[in-house]
Amino acid sequence: MLKLISSTYKEMLLLSRDLGGLVILFVMPLVLIITITLIQDSSFKTINEAKIPILFVDNDKEEISNTILENLNSNDAFEIVTKQDDVFFTEETAKSAVLKGKYQLAVIIPKNLSSDLDKKVNQNVAKILSEFGVDDEPKSTDEVILNKEIKLYFDPAVQKSFKNAVMNNIDKMISRIESKSIYKAFQEELGEAEQKQQNPLLTNSNFVSFKEINPKEGQGVTLPNSTQHNVPAWTLFAIFFIVIPLSINIVKEKNQGTFVRLRTNPVSYLTVLGGKSITYLIVCLIQFLLMLAVGVFLLPLLGLHALEVGSNFITLFIVALFSGLAAVGFGILLGTLATTPEQSAPLGATMVVILAAIGGVWVPVFLMPNFMQLISNISPMNWGLNAFYDVLLRNGGIMEVLPEIGLLLLFFIVTVTISIWYDKRQRTV
Amino acid sequence: MNLSVIHINNVYKKYKGADVFSINNLSLEINKGEIYGLLGPNGAGKTTLISMLCGLLKPTSGQITIKGLSFKDNAKQIKQTIGVVPQEYALYPTLTAYENLMYFGAMYGLSGTDLKFKVTESLEHLGLSKFQNKKIRTFSGGMKRRVNLIAGILHQPEILFLDEPTVGVDVQSKNVIMEHLKMLNKNGTTIVYTSHHLNEAETFCSKVSIIDNGSIVASGTPKELMQNSTGANNLEDVFIQLTGEALRDYA
Repeated sequence: MLKLISSTYKEMLLLSRDLGGLVILFVMPLVLIITITLIQDSSFKTINEAKIPILFVDNDKEEISNTILENLNSNDAFEIVTKQDDVFFTEETAKSAVLKGKYQLAVIIPKNLSSDLDKKVNQNVAKILSEFGVDDEPKSTDEVILNKEIKLYFDPAVQKSFKNAVMNNIDKMISRIESKSIYKAFQEELGEAEQKQQNPLLTNSNFVSFKEINPKEGQGVTLPNSTQHNVPAWTLFAIFFIVIPLSINIVKEKNQGTFVRLRTNPVSYLTVLGGKSITYLIVCLIQFLLMLAVGVFLLPLLGLHALEVGSNFITLFIVALFSGLAAVGFGILLGTLATTPEQSAPLGATMVVILAAIGGVWVPVFLMPNFMQLISNISPMNWGLNAFYDVLLRNGGIMEVLPEIGLLLLFFIVTVTISIWYDKRQRTV
Repeated sequence: MNLSVIHINNVYKKYKGADVFSINNLSLEINKGEIYGLLGPNGAGKTTLISMLCGLLKPTSGQITIKGLSFKDNAKQIKQTIGVVPQEYALYPTLTAYENLMYFGAMYGLSGTDLKFKVTESLEHLGLSKFQNKKIRTFSGGMKRRVNLIAGILHQPEILFLDEPTVGVDVQSKNVIMEHLKMLNKNGTTIVYTSHHLNEAETFCSKVSIIDNGSIVASGTPKELMQNSTGANNLEDVFIQLTGEALRDYA
């Protein structure tokens, strides 16, 4: 026990003598979490508050184009641009402007869209009514009316999700206009035009609409907001970041000969590793507390959502403890396998980034492709993140996080066992 | 009657992937209270042999016992009995001399005032008292060597293994180290040491073995070895006669 305490004290002394390392360990993750949360939050604001300029080329100038224009104008997300330097955009100039990346989107309304739609609808309605024997003499002619296309030019850099949102929006508008035209044509054919204003079918409101409800305690899953996602995610990233200094610490010990001396001393490798594990575990827990404090106290001061910890602090602490153990185990393994700091530092950094990426630290796992969601299951950061989400978002207690902390503990045991086995094997040269 | 404390019997050592044996059928007995020198050119097998005696390496075959105990069954007990001073400065550069020694002393099970006393006393004996709170990285080579030595003797080992303990140090540091080792030996510590300084070995060792190509080519007191070699005036002459003048570069 005395040897373990001495080993832990020595590790703490070594850490305390490396001020630069301490700054990296504690300050950098804090800077990271604030920066990332601010960026992600402002990107949400970009979508919700800042207006995206859209080029609108109106070759129709009648009811449909007016309605689309009106709808786009009423949408807070868009700012409609029709001319530049008092010159109206044409399809060609709009296309060129989008291609150059000056605008993200151009909407080109074709010529005679409204009149041709009216004609087409009247033609169809008259045909239907004549088939039902309501109208013996169809008013429309057999003129062939070609289908119309509203052209959308997108900046190649625009994300697919944005494209889909715009296309769905315009498609919805067109469908509504088409339905309205059909009803209107039926009314005119059936002589009910005077009742138009009262007809509920011609109102702009939808009969079926959406209501967004965030499930409460015990009712399922709530999707995380930027703070709820970022604080646990980057806390885990910070915790796993200790893999790098820990592995370098072990490699240094091997290279400077102190490990050789320790092997000749009556102390087990497990005790030596125990001292390192306790020290770096304490570092992990301090990181966790700092990140939590930032989430609860600092982020709201920056206009971001506050992290809601509620009464789950103990469970969160336990999750952080086991995540720290997994990180320590991984650091010990890398330090044992590597022979130079030049190997362990980049390897550690790369591995942590990969584990973070597949673990859902950057992009939530539910947004990943199916096969990546499967792969994410092998990342200890994913287990830790799920446990944090269980506590923060699903109001889970210790029983709910048992599977995840069990996996994290298993990861620690496996990595340390491999390290001890490998070290022993290396010594039997 | 001499009491054997180290018994090496038909030991072979071949590293994984190596073509030749680094230690080749080596047998040796070292008695209690001796200062035993293991001398030989580069690559002769000295460090391999001393590493096996410290339990850092396992022999490919053969037997090594320390006070009748083998590492296989009694590693902890042997490690408590021996002290090791490796060739490199096996110290933490960012810790002070005092902190380093307190830590390594604790690894031998020393604690409290006993440990503090031994650290302070040793630092004083080796002229490092006023530097005890300085970080090792600020020390000169000679100062590091002295701290390196203290780290291996704090627990007052019965047997002390030293691998080139005076390499790269100035004459003053060397003298302090050698005097301290003689004092330890006087107090009953058996010393096994390797060195390239043959003059030093000649005056310091009670017995030496010259090793070449993993085998002992000659053993005895320095005086006996000189008498048995025609025209040898010192140990260096004996060494050259036995190991030749060819360079022993290896990689």
